[in-house]
Amino acid sequence: MEPRDRIRQLLTEQFSGSVIKEENFRNEQTFFVKPDAILDICQALLEDAELKVDYLADLTSVDWLGHEERMGGRFEVVYNLYSISTHYRFFIKVMLPADKPEISSVTAVWPGANWMEREVYDLMGIVFTGHPDLKRILTPDGFEGYPLRRDYPLTYEVPQFSWNKNDPPEVIT
Amino acid sequence: MGLEEKIPDSVILTTLDKMVNWAHKRSMWPLGFGLACCAIEMMSTFAAHFDLSRYGMEVMRPSPRQADLMIVAGRVSMKMAPVLRTLYDQMPNPKWVISMGACASCGGIFNNYAILQGVDRIVPVDVYVPGCPPRPEQLMQGILKLQEKVDRESIKDKRDEWGRAAV
Repeated sequence: MEPRDRIRQLLTEQFSGSVIKEENFRNEQTFFVKPDAILDICQALLEDAELKVDYLADLTSVDWLGHEERMGGRFEVVYNLYSISTHYRFFIKVMLPADKPEISSVTAVWPGANWMEREVYDLMGIVFTGHPDLKRILTPDGFEGYPLRRDYPLTYEVPQFSWNKNDPPEVIT
Repeated sequence: MGLEEKIPDSVILTTLDKMVNWAHKRSMWPLGFGLACCAIEMMSTFAAHFDLSRYGMEVMRPSPRQADLMIVAGRVSMKMAPVLRTLYDQMPNPKWVISMGACASCGGIFNNYAILQGVDRIVPVDVYVPGCPPRPEQLMQGILKLQEKVDRESIKDKRDEWGRAAV
């Protein structure tokens, strides 16, 4: 069976209540799943003898501020998965609400998720429950806020022109 | 004193200031401090095409203990800022700083949370070299300007908290 069909079969048989929809765009296969099932789904994909999804190529996130109703949540966590033995890449996406962006960590399935989840936590503010060491990774110590969110200020300081060149630097908040 | 007339080929009378400044400006050892794309232009300045050793300052030092000029070449991130300040403090007096490029001077196009908006917030800057990135000729112009500045210093000058002469 082709990997594409095997994934669909596995998800619809074992996790029929958790898979929201499947999208196919130019041979890119994407599954939207519910947040509470992500750990079980990932474990099943890794352990499946035919698929062996053993490589979490990337874990990232998208802020859909202003598109919450259309997308079904504000934050989207993207799992870029790859099976080395079958050379097949596909995506799993999870939508999270704005007021409580929390999801289970997948470090138990792929240890490489550790730093990727820390990066997403650092820049987007998504909390990964069960992560062994969830702290900021890129921004300096004591940094506040989540810079890659859409509502984070785009510029840092008021630029100095001739009319305000003598004012002290003013940080935009 | 008539000393020059008696042994004209061996003695030059000068002031202590001139001699000290001459020693300072003609063998300034820069700290290798490349942070971004400006560093490529800085390396090019030191390399064969432009050959900064003509001004006696081609000896890039990897250790701040042996350097007396810091060329900040590139944008300084907020995480790099304390490191830069530590390196500056480790340099022995007298020491000078050239801020190379728009990013080091004022943040440049990176007006965001990650980049320090001008290296003069944390270290005193002697010469600003504009450009994005500046060409090697511009950096050399900046270095010549710094040599002019060093030439005006005196050992009698009042010193600020960093031991720098107020010129």
